[in-house]
Amino acid sequence: MIPAAFAYHRASTVDEALALLSEHGEEAKVLAGGHSLLPLMKLRFAAPEIVVDIAPLDELRYVRLEGDELAIGALTRYHDLHHDPVLAEHAPLLAHVAGSVGDQQVRHRGTLGGSLAHADSAADLPAAVLAADGVLVARGPSGERRIPAAEFFVGPFTTPLEPDELLTEIRLPRQTGIGWGFEKFTRRAIDWAIVGVAVAGKAVALVNMAGTPIRAHATEEALAAGATAADAAALAAEGTSPPDEAHASAEYRRHLARVLTARALRQAGIA
Amino acid sequence: MKVGIEVNGREVAEEVEDRTLLVHFLRDTAGLTGTNIGCDTTSCGACTVLLDGESVKSCTVLAAQADGHAVTTVEGLADPGGELHPVQRAFREQHGLQCGFCTPGMIMASVSLLEHNPKPTRDEVRTGLEGNLCRCTGYHNIVNAVIEASGQEVDR
Amino acid sequence: MSIVGTRVVRVEDRKLITTGGAYVDDLREEALSGAVHAVFVRSPIAHARIEGIDVSAALDAPGVVAVYTAADLDLAPRAANPVGEPWLASDVVRYVGEPVALVLTEQRYQLADAAELVDIDYDPLDAVAGIDAALSGETVLFPELDGNVVQTHGGPFDEKTFEDCEVVVTETVLNQRVAAAPLEVRGASCAWGEDGRLTVWLSTQNAQIGRSQIAAGLGVGEESVRVIAPDVGGGFGAKIGADPEAVVLGWAARRAGRPVRWTESRSENLTAMTHGRAQRNTVTIGGKRDGTVLAYRLDVVQDAGAYPRALFLPTLTEMMAPGVYRFPKVETASRAVVTTTTPIAAYRGAGRPEATAAVERAMDLFAAEIGMDPAEVRRINFIRPEEFPYTTATGASYDTGEYAKALDGVLEAGGYAELRAEQERRRAEGDVVALGLGIAAYVEITGGDAGGESGRVEIERDGSVTAYTGSSPHGQGLATSLAMLLSDRLGVPIEKITVKHGDTDEVPKAVGTFGSRSLQLGGSAIRQAADEVIAHARELAAELLEAGADDIELDAERGVWQVRGAPSSTVLSWARLAEAAGDTGLSADVWFADGKPTFPFGAHLAVVEVDTETGKVVLRRIIAADDAGPVVNPLTFQGQRHGGLGQGAAQALLEIMNYDDDGNPTTATLADYSFITATELPDFELVDMATPTTRNLLGVKGIGEAATIGSTPAVHNAVVDALAPFGIRHLDMPATPMRVWAALDEARKAEKK
Repeated sequence: MIPAAFAYHRASTVDEALALLSEHGEEAKVLAGGHSLLPLMKLRFAAPEIVVDIAPLDELRYVRLEGDELAIGALTRYHDLHHDPVLAEHAPLLAHVAGSVGDQQVRHRGTLGGSLAHADSAADLPAAVLAADGVLVARGPSGERRIPAAEFFVGPFTTPLEPDELLTEIRLPRQTGIGWGFEKFTRRAIDWAIVGVAVAGKAVALVNMAGTPIRAHATEEALAAGATAADAAALAAEGTSPPDEAHASAEYRRHLARVLTARALRQAGIA
Repeated sequence: MKVGIEVNGREVAEEVEDRTLLVHFLRDTAGLTGTNIGCDTTSCGACTVLLDGESVKSCTVLAAQADGHAVTTVEGLADPGGELHPVQRAFREQHGLQCGFCTPGMIMASVSLLEHNPKPTRDEVRTGLEGNLCRCTGYHNIVNAVIEASGQEVDR
Repeated sequence: MSIVGTRVVRVEDRKLITTGGAYVDDLREEALSGAVHAVFVRSPIAHARIEGIDVSAALDAPGVVAVYTAADLDLAPRAANPVGEPWLASDVVRYVGEPVALVLTEQRYQLADAAELVDIDYDPLDAVAGIDAALSGETVLFPELDGNVVQTHGGPFDEKTFEDCEVVVTETVLNQRVAAAPLEVRGASCAWGEDGRLTVWLSTQNAQIGRSQIAAGLGVGEESVRVIAPDVGGGFGAKIGADPEAVVLGWAARRAGRPVRWTESRSENLTAMTHGRAQRNTVTIGGKRDGTVLAYRLDVVQDAGAYPRALFLPTLTEMMAPGVYRFPKVETASRAVVTTTTPIAAYRGAGRPEATAAVERAMDLFAAEIGMDPAEVRRINFIRPEEFPYTTATGASYDTGEYAKALDGVLEAGGYAELRAEQERRRAEGDVVALGLGIAAYVEITGGDAGGESGRVEIERDGSVTAYTGSSPHGQGLATSLAMLLSDRLGVPIEKITVKHGDTDEVPKAVGTFGSRSLQLGGSAIRQAADEVIAHARELAAELLEAGADDIELDAERGVWQVRGAPSSTVLSWARLAEAAGDTGLSADVWFADGKPTFPFGAHLAVVEVDTETGKVVLRRIIAADDAGPVVNPLTFQGQRHGGLGQGAAQALLEIMNYDDDGNPTTATLADYSFITATELPDFELVDMATPTTRNLLGVKGIGEAATIGSTPAVHNAVVDALAPFGIRHLDMPATPMRVWAALDEARKAEKK
């Protein structure tokens, strides 16, 4: 299948990308690794008139330790995240999750910023960033703003990013030596998660349990109040609204959320 | 737009539609039909090539995105004298192919896998090739082929 | 030493691993230069009346050469069987994916743009999205029929069948609809020559059948159509002959006056290429508590899809119903119904896997009911080796079999007793991960069509050999196997043997590939041709060596002819004899007509782990004995078994072509259809057996489908076995996590009550 026709623009600097986005507004879509956008365009679920390719912006490909924070360039690819020693040491959950997205080839192309900006509730990385209390840095014509992950995922495939804004960086609190866990439940390894659970410390985020990645608040509150992992996990499905599909009903997903949360907490060393 | 890609060491430059997918550039513009198309959803991996040395699914990369970069397809794997790449040789020796349609992509994905993990276990081979579908072999002999290509003993 | 039976790497591979094969979409033939590209506009609705089609916007789109609808077609309608399938739908569409229009454009990238502009006004009708809806008759797909049942066979059942039984168990066993999903989708390129002949490059298993179908569809003589099967990227039964699309494309090439190229998309492939299986089978099994089965009943309902294309499937399932067992009484019946879904046709096994799945589930149900190990129940009821040839109650004539030996072989290789002990240990400890052991014993029929096959062997002037086979392989490695047979017979190294196939001008008469028939029929044809060449060569050699024909021998080690007992005297090469044959050539062209069906068999043991908290099943091991008689090339023989094991296991665990109640397919991409990957399969463990048949020249049986047939019920039974402590006796395929969890959830709730 072939995308509908569009005009391709390649940005060679962030400023150039922003200028292109300002010029074309809502008619333009940002293309990074392309592994969210191009499949939609090929099936013609998306048909932008303008595609702004930011993949060449090597300046947005980095992982840096800055004091108590990690700064990750939005164009850092899954493969590079997965193999980054700094990330492995200071943000082990994200480093691990990046290695479980898609397949080898997808990980060679897909970018962290791309996955977050696409805001698919079935994707793994948004939940990992949410669990890690990440902050997303967006640049637009009026400068830079920082959006906490909790405020970034506002609806299915919906974020507060304006059409003329570009996600440039993801900042995570340094979580050296933190307990973490990740459970991704699929039929086949390459499938999107039916349900996923990401645990960083005592933060718990759920994949595919609502229209956005969400925190398991009831579980977190129970843990904070001293509940056992098993008791806290039993609350994991509270406040969720999972999709109801032929291969995975909402009821089944709620059950999985509880079981997988217990397992992920166990991985994180929480008894 | 004008797209120029170094394909298997040869510069191929043509005016193409902006929406041209890399796989069609390779097949139709560069005339290299070894790279196949098996799906519309980035699922099957039949179109896997190396882009700057890394395996990618060429159905999900615009030709424009590969402009100025280097691509290796299955046709560029053997040395010019015809000496097969160890992965190609192992696929033949281990009967890692039947109808051959997934094979170019499977071989390129295997080359990339071994680049990152030169001595994989059988399970690591299976996981590493999860993005490449084969309907014929049941994968057993594909795993054998990658193990053999890595210089390890095939024991089953 | 003979090359036959040794491991030979394939002659096919060099091209496939260096430049890739030349599949239909890869062809750059001169005759196709200037070709237009084609796409079918297909129904997005399961069942609707077409109120109007407006092609004007599409005609104005860039690059559009033509848009054709049923109104343009001047082809005779297809024969009703029992209903006619239109070339392009004109009044009513009956499944999502049914072709309604054909768009031709100058460039490939213009196709989708133009197709979107074909404006079809559909007035929706009620869907008939499954067997129940079809049988209810509330909505009838074809008004000319009384209801939706298009074929009935067998029955009625005798009320007294089970009256002597101490135990009777009955269960409905669903054999779900799956997609063949060859990696290469369907494709065809059509070009009319100045001589008025049409050449079609077609991704097919049977060029000659395809040629006949295309010629008939176009209303021209067979001599006017040439079909070439280039490299074919898998078929699995769904590429038998030519689909209706090929006829429409041939017509369009004539109408447009241009060559036409067509390659479908994967979503198209998953909705418009025939699906397989789709049976609902009710089994009833009865017998004594000592394990003896006295009676077995199989009631088949075949979902035929919207337009029946393979109504032999349910009756073949009936014929193979009793499987490997000497049941004293067997009753079968079948009905086929039409539904608003993609047509059903052959898929790897085609009728036999359904029979095996039904009887192997029945055996496990019976074993569970009487509390006996499923292996033991099978042993008690197997047809004994000394009983062959054995004619079953359903009329199949089994040639040879060692069923108990196959089962005991896999149980020993798998360590069955230890596995059962491990299972017990886990159950006692309340392990969350349950172990399940599944057994299946099977027999199937190969070359069941008994339609014969062609073979031609020519000795070239340089002593090389060219063979033409009617069997048209697409991954099976037949070119290597046939070259090995010829090398063995003629003493010519395989490097000097070329095997050709798939071009109707080179091989005008053939049946082709389906039903695992190639080696036993195509191989026998090549053997017969080789023997005729040898006979001719002997005459020529006798003349040249001035000896009696009886005194001439072929030294098959060296590939030379000589006078027997005088090895130092003059020898004659094949090249010399080809020269001596003169213009008539040294060749033989045969039709091997004597091949009777054969009955490969085997046993599989599957080991699964079931996470009883989530329902996820992991296939840990599969140990298989697949006996198809003597093996020509162990390499490709194992490859066929591996592929079958993978595909069969995939049906048990993952694959289903699913429709919602409105008849919309929900698994129409490879992201949604659970095509199995390397991560879901284990290494395969093979047990070797080779029981010859007497029913063809080579003593061989077919291996293409065997392992698929055994592995599905083995894996399925393993899942149910893991769940036995929860009181679960049956679960439909595929054993997806949610389905397993739902069964567990229900069982746990029932226990609490």
